[in-house]
Amino acid sequence: MRPILGLIAGLTFGLGLILSGMADPAKVLNFLDIFGVWDPSLAFVMGGASITAFVGYRLVWRQKTPIVGTRFDLPKDAEIDTPLLTGAAIFGIGWGLGGFCPGPAWTALAMGSAGILMFLPAMLIGIVLGGAAKSLSIFKVKGA
Amino acid sequence: MGPVVTTEFTPWLSLFGGALIGLSAVMVMGLFGKIAGITGITKGLTGLLPGAGGPDDRGWRLSFLLGLIASPVVVLLATGSFPQQTVPENLPGMAIAGLLVGVGTALGSGCTSGHGVCGIARLSPRSLVAVSVFVAAAIVTTTLIRHVF
Repeated sequence: MRPILGLIAGLTFGLGLILSGMADPAKVLNFLDIFGVWDPSLAFVMGGASITAFVGYRLVWRQKTPIVGTRFDLPKDAEIDTPLLTGAAIFGIGWGLGGFCPGPAWTALAMGSAGILMFLPAMLIGIVLGGAAKSLSIFKVKGA
Repeated sequence: MGPVVTTEFTPWLSLFGGALIGLSAVMVMGLFGKIAGITGITKGLTGLLPGAGGPDDRGWRLSFLLGLIASPVVVLLATGSFPQQTVPENLPGMAIAGLLVGVGTALGSGCTSGHGVCGIARLSPRSLVAVSVFVAAAIVTTTLIRHVF
């Protein structure tokens, strides 16, 4: 049952990315190009998604436990630390360069463009490297 | 990274598509009790990294990714063509972009979905800072590439 529900959630997410335009790197890069051919559509994607999730989360949190899970597992980290800031900056540079963030990278795979066939394997290698970098001493919080 | 293609402003379609993304995030929270972060879900695929989750989470995460991958095929079956898409053609540039996105999202513990959609919905200060930083860095990068270099 859990894999089928996961598939439905993934399809919903993917269709949302496609319909909203977020799956098209041209639209993403034009959103970021505020001094050029600016296309503000993506602000509406983020608005529609965040507001829906804001309301929906508060409805589902009224339950004691998730429907097919044991507990609501929310990130406990509160500190705005070096890995967060460095990682977000590095991610932003890559996003502004290629126009893909991780979700749209997956939805682009089946369309098989040369660009995504370069981007996606590199992203997977990057996730492994980034995970390793996170455990390096320069990123350890003092006293942690 | 390639020629600039103009795109049409689509507020209603983008708002509706965004609502579907939010609905999916609510499904993942209501069903599994988890944040619908694509970085975290992708880590679950590798199963090698801390934060990948236990075996309980591997199954739904894998099928969630299969759903993401299958979504353009659903569009193809429904409409007869793949969705509109213009991917940059500078291949070394795309490899570098992919590497940066992977490293950055793993190091920063999230991307547009985890920090963006889910973090904003939780009003998490960490996520609000992360979103500000990555959107600013992306705007600076695109602006430099298109208007300076």
